[in-house]
Amino acid sequence: MTSLLEADPVIDPALKLPDSGPGAIQRQRKVRGLTREERTEYAIAFASGLHLVVLLRLLLDWDDLVGSSLLGLIGFILVHFLIVRERSSAEVALDKSITTVMWTIGMIVVSVLFWMVAFVTAKGIKRLRWSFVTDDLSAVGPLNPGGGAFHAIIGTLEQVGMATICVIPIAIMTAVYLHEVRGRMASVVRFVVDALAGLPSIVAGLVVITIWRDYAGYKASMALIILAIPIVTRGAEEVLRTVPDSLREASLALGAPQWRMVLRVVLPTAQAGLVTVGLLAVARMVGETAPVLLTAGGSTSTNKNPFDGQQASLSLFIYQLIRSSDATTTERAWAGALLLLLIVVVVFVAARVALARSERKLGRR
Amino acid sequence: MTDVATQPAIPQIPITPADRPGTGDRIFRGLSVTAALISLVVVGATVVFLARESRPALRSAGIVNFFTDSLWNGSTGKFGVFGVVIGTVIIATIALCVAVPLAVAMALFINEYAPRSIARGLTTAIDLLAALPSLIFGMWGRDAFATHLQPVARWLSDHLFALPFFQLSSQDAVLGRSSFVAGVIVGIMVIPIITSISRDVMARAPREQCEAALGLGGTRWGMIRTVILPFGRTGIIGAVLLAFGRALGETIAVALVIQLAFEANWHILEINAGSIAALIVTRFGEATAVERSGLAAAGLALVTLTFIVSLASRRIVNRKASI
Repeated sequence: MTSLLEADPVIDPALKLPDSGPGAIQRQRKVRGLTREERTEYAIAFASGLHLVVLLRLLLDWDDLVGSSLLGLIGFILVHFLIVRERSSAEVALDKSITTVMWTIGMIVVSVLFWMVAFVTAKGIKRLRWSFVTDDLSAVGPLNPGGGAFHAIIGTLEQVGMATICVIPIAIMTAVYLHEVRGRMASVVRFVVDALAGLPSIVAGLVVITIWRDYAGYKASMALIILAIPIVTRGAEEVLRTVPDSLREASLALGAPQWRMVLRVVLPTAQAGLVTVGLLAVARMVGETAPVLLTAGGSTSTNKNPFDGQQASLSLFIYQLIRSSDATTTERAWAGALLLLLIVVVVFVAARVALARSERKLGRR
Repeated sequence: MTDVATQPAIPQIPITPADRPGTGDRIFRGLSVTAALISLVVVGATVVFLARESRPALRSAGIVNFFTDSLWNGSTGKFGVFGVVIGTVIIATIALCVAVPLAVAMALFINEYAPRSIARGLTTAIDLLAALPSLIFGMWGRDAFATHLQPVARWLSDHLFALPFFQLSSQDAVLGRSSFVAGVIVGIMVIPIITSISRDVMARAPREQCEAALGLGGTRWGMIRTVILPFGRTGIIGAVLLAFGRALGETIAVALVIQLAFEANWHILEINAGSIAALIVTRFGEATAVERSGLAAAGLALVTLTFIVSLASRRIVNRKASI
């Protein structure tokens, strides 16, 4: 302990390398990993932090795990700061403390994600059976077991499917207008797309239902289209930007008109990237609840016709059931939430795979 | 519309096939212009139809009263959104207080601190966090996270009561279902927005300056403080504004978590909170005609608020991106 705390008198602290301990100048400097001195510093600080937690628990009888571990962390950072400051300089000590804080924040954010996924899985796994996917709620009362989300899954598939079919050509053509045609309205269009991107999802539903009064599945699709246009347009524009100009020049030099260049060269090259963008938009649309509530209305029986009558959707099914105070009903909602989570994660992974493919493809050129 | 579509090619385009486009190109450009105009029509329709729909409510409540009162009575047609507008801004502000430090630190961690393999995993995690539906956040927040925020709220009210918004109105005030809980959850939801944009911006900081800072004997934090953060400041501000716009419009998570109130509630730790989006989504189902009109007016107020914020942020982010 005493030898560790001895200051290094020879070198002015301002000139010192951040990782240097005594004698480190002569040795080759280690760029990665920790030196032995650093490891000792960390160990001592960790022991002090742990000590603080144990003391607090024993003396003050403080049994809040989160609170005491937070205090332990603060103790750890403080002790580590003091040790390092003693051995080199305040500047270096601050740097190390901030490194610890950064790692902690990274871990916190990731653990929140894991917590959420684990919580939904634990709550939903109880009720997620095959019958949950094939039954609807028309035959069950609030207290009966059984029943499922078939009607809601049908609704989601139809609404999101129709919205995707409409939004992909619209948004890709808008992106082509912005990046390939570059007409005189490009700046206006870009402004408008930016405005649409900031539109709250609830307002999209509100607009659709004020224009066409009655509930129907296709109106939910329209609200979803409004929400997805800016997402896909912006994404597609980014993807078009990655297509090398040399390809465009080559096809034009061979005498192709612009439309053939876009259809035969630019879009095929960008294909995998465009698939990624489309899939991310699908993931987004599947989870939208508020606009669907306002436009499709929800229902408990199966309605396969999106053009007539109220329709449910998976997210809407969850939202309407989770607010019930009855355990059987909320269990159904959690099973639905797990199903929704699974769908979103599968679509997300597919988007990632497509992205990796597109990077490989463009990287090879 | 067709006028624009049949215009000849504009000379400043870097790559154009010919000075006079053929029939195929004219059709192609016409199609792309039509697609681009759809967004224009949608934005126009949003403003026009919401404004038209909100007229009856504004007439029955009075335009000035609509923005200065805090009440909501569907049967008499008396509306005032002052309380919920304030509540919306409160929730979004709390969200930013939570999200900004975490998200910027996360961006720095991925760019500068984490080893490559961890950085890649974290990027995926952040993207997944962005892709998860707000419904899931709301359910998790209501049933799992809120119970853990209760002691935090208790602690804040016990120790930081000098700050007026942490004070409780009475001894036995109910904590939870509050702006605070909703704000923290929305804050977690907007972390990915801030992180991904500020990462992109900060990654563009000139490497030679970073290396110069390190070469002069500066620490990593010194390099971040003197080179990366000043360089990325504008972009980060833009990202924060963008997240603010998103937080203002957040609906389902907020509606699930809060106990909706129409009065402005400055005691952020206590039950009862206001939110325009949550108001619309909870009241719309059983609303009368005049109340629907009132909700449309509230929606118009929300749109105005978010348009201003998100356009300002886009301006800043785009300006930074084009440098």
